[in-house]
Amino acid sequence: MSSLAAGPTKTALSGAAVGRGVAIIVAVLALVAVPYVIGQLYYVNIASQVLLYAVFALGINVLVGYAGLVSLGHAGLFGIAAYIDAYLLSAGYGHTVAILAALVGALAATAVFAALSLRATGISFIMITLALGEIIWGLAYRWISITGGDNGISVSTRPAPFGIALDSPQAFYEATLVIFLMSIATVAIFVRSPFGAALCGTRDQPRRMNALGYHVWMIRFGACLFSGLLTAVAGILFVYYNEFISPQALALTASAEGLLMVISGGAGTLLGPVIGAALVVIVKNVVSAYITRWNFMLGAIFVAIVVFMPEGLVPGLVRLTRSAWSATGRRRTAPVPAGTQR
Amino acid sequence: MTFWLLLTVNSVTFGGLLFLLSAGFSLIFGLMRIPNLTHGSMFMVGAYLGTTLLSGALGFTLNFWVAAVIAALEVAILGALMERLLLRRLAGQQLAQVLVTLGVSFMVADLCLMGWGGDPISVATPPHLNGFIRFAGAAFPLYRMAVILIAVVFAIALWLMLERTRLGAMIRAGVDDPQMARVVGIRVSQLFTIVFALGAGLAGFAGVIGGPILSVYPGLDQDMLPLALVVVILGGTGSLLGSFVGSIVIGFLYNFGQALLPELAYFILFLPMVLVLVLRPQGLFGGQIL
Repeated sequence: MSSLAAGPTKTALSGAAVGRGVAIIVAVLALVAVPYVIGQLYYVNIASQVLLYAVFALGINVLVGYAGLVSLGHAGLFGIAAYIDAYLLSAGYGHTVAILAALVGALAATAVFAALSLRATGISFIMITLALGEIIWGLAYRWISITGGDNGISVSTRPAPFGIALDSPQAFYEATLVIFLMSIATVAIFVRSPFGAALCGTRDQPRRMNALGYHVWMIRFGACLFSGLLTAVAGILFVYYNEFISPQALALTASAEGLLMVISGGAGTLLGPVIGAALVVIVKNVVSAYITRWNFMLGAIFVAIVVFMPEGLVPGLVRLTRSAWSATGRRRTAPVPAGTQR
Repeated sequence: MTFWLLLTVNSVTFGGLLFLLSAGFSLIFGLMRIPNLTHGSMFMVGAYLGTTLLSGALGFTLNFWVAAVIAALEVAILGALMERLLLRRLAGQQLAQVLVTLGVSFMVADLCLMGWGGDPISVATPPHLNGFIRFAGAAFPLYRMAVILIAVVFAIALWLMLERTRLGAMIRAGVDDPQMARVVGIRVSQLFTIVFALGAGLAGFAGVIGGPILSVYPGLDQDMLPLALVVVILGGTGSLLGSFVGSIVIGFLYNFGQALLPELAYFILFLPMVLVLVLRPQGLFGGQIL
């Protein structure tokens, strides 16, 4: 019986793998084509925003979804990268130096944040990351001689990688897309790697992982650094997208928006944060075109999702399609055991 | 010399306000194991309700202290409703509860903006406390002295309530071991509502009496919440003494930081928190909750 079942499952699996490969290629091509299909610059810019926030959400998801550590301080890390980049650019340094310094600076800050907040887990982790995020916001807001306070820092140029100018919205979208695809591929590899598996282990059974000889703290620390790196990349994209950074981008609201993207899409899934980012960015732009009460909407969506759909959109849809799929599958295979011959 | 004395008085005053805010926060955390992220909003709502009661917009003008008590009661009812209607549905899911309080805090902030507008509202000091006390060549505002006195009275009252009454004993039992408390017949879920309402009411009260010192503006909630967080991380959760000491420390750091290093004041504020986390993660007076 089992050998009989193995044959069809194997072909089905490889079929699924091929199907997935085709789906990925189609999805990438569709994403590349987005600016040429929708045309209007306003929507191209929104698409760029979706992608850059998707990178941010991917970064938060590494901690929230795979490590089980909920952070409310990620906007601070986002802001550190953004501010270092903007500050060095306004001080006259080149893009390469500024971007590298931003990545290094944000990683160093992540290491400090992680060392402090990993003193605790669970709810206390949230509290500590929230407080740390607020410090960075306070610094950005009050340390006027460096950050310009409420006026922020403007950035006048975008980088031109390989001589391609990114000034047009389409070009910027494509550059953001490349970085987004690299990020999501990295996360996919990370999750499948032994390290990713160990990380999920520390989320589900920290004590057992410890007993098995894994260094739980070190694994979590590594996850924080990876999460911080993705967040820093998003921060740098944000600066170049807006050509401006102000403390508003670091406020608790920003961290909460990022968390909402992850939770609404589905924490611990690869595509969840991306869908969530698209949802939040689109709702935010569409809603704020009609009413000015975006924060109220954000809070209401947050409460509604937590109370009514805690698993998020993607796992919910996956569950629905799976059950639909197995229903059709059962109908198709049902005649076979009945002894009908082909 | 006068400068330092005044700064000290301001620090203690601010510490007193912080104590009223963070005592409830700490008790809620201690009992329900969640940081109530609407606590800053409760403070702000109290302050805004106070301005409305005091402005005569309702057709009458109340005495300052009556207004403060009424606003505190209103905020306490809000807190109790939130606990009953939202948090109760998510019993046992701490993460969901925290996220709900966060969502509600955004909604409340936006509603306040809608209701009271974006301009800061300054609150007049109650007339009978408008004067100064002259001491050691410096003039100390009478109102700030009154705030310190109120904070001390509340601290003593809360301490007596927790240590000497049946309700306090039940709350302490719930903080120490909720399961055991349930087993011996304490209705812990009822305590949740009581403590939530008490904490919210204290925050609302602090908002009103903080009005003449801080004024009331959108974003006040976001300014106060991190301070309450830091006080509780510093002092330890569920500990009244911890909130008291933490509040005074933060009050001093905040005021001295603002006066001496205004650009980095916010940063200095968080340094002791970092130290405590490194050296004693459960807080100075905390139990094993963290």
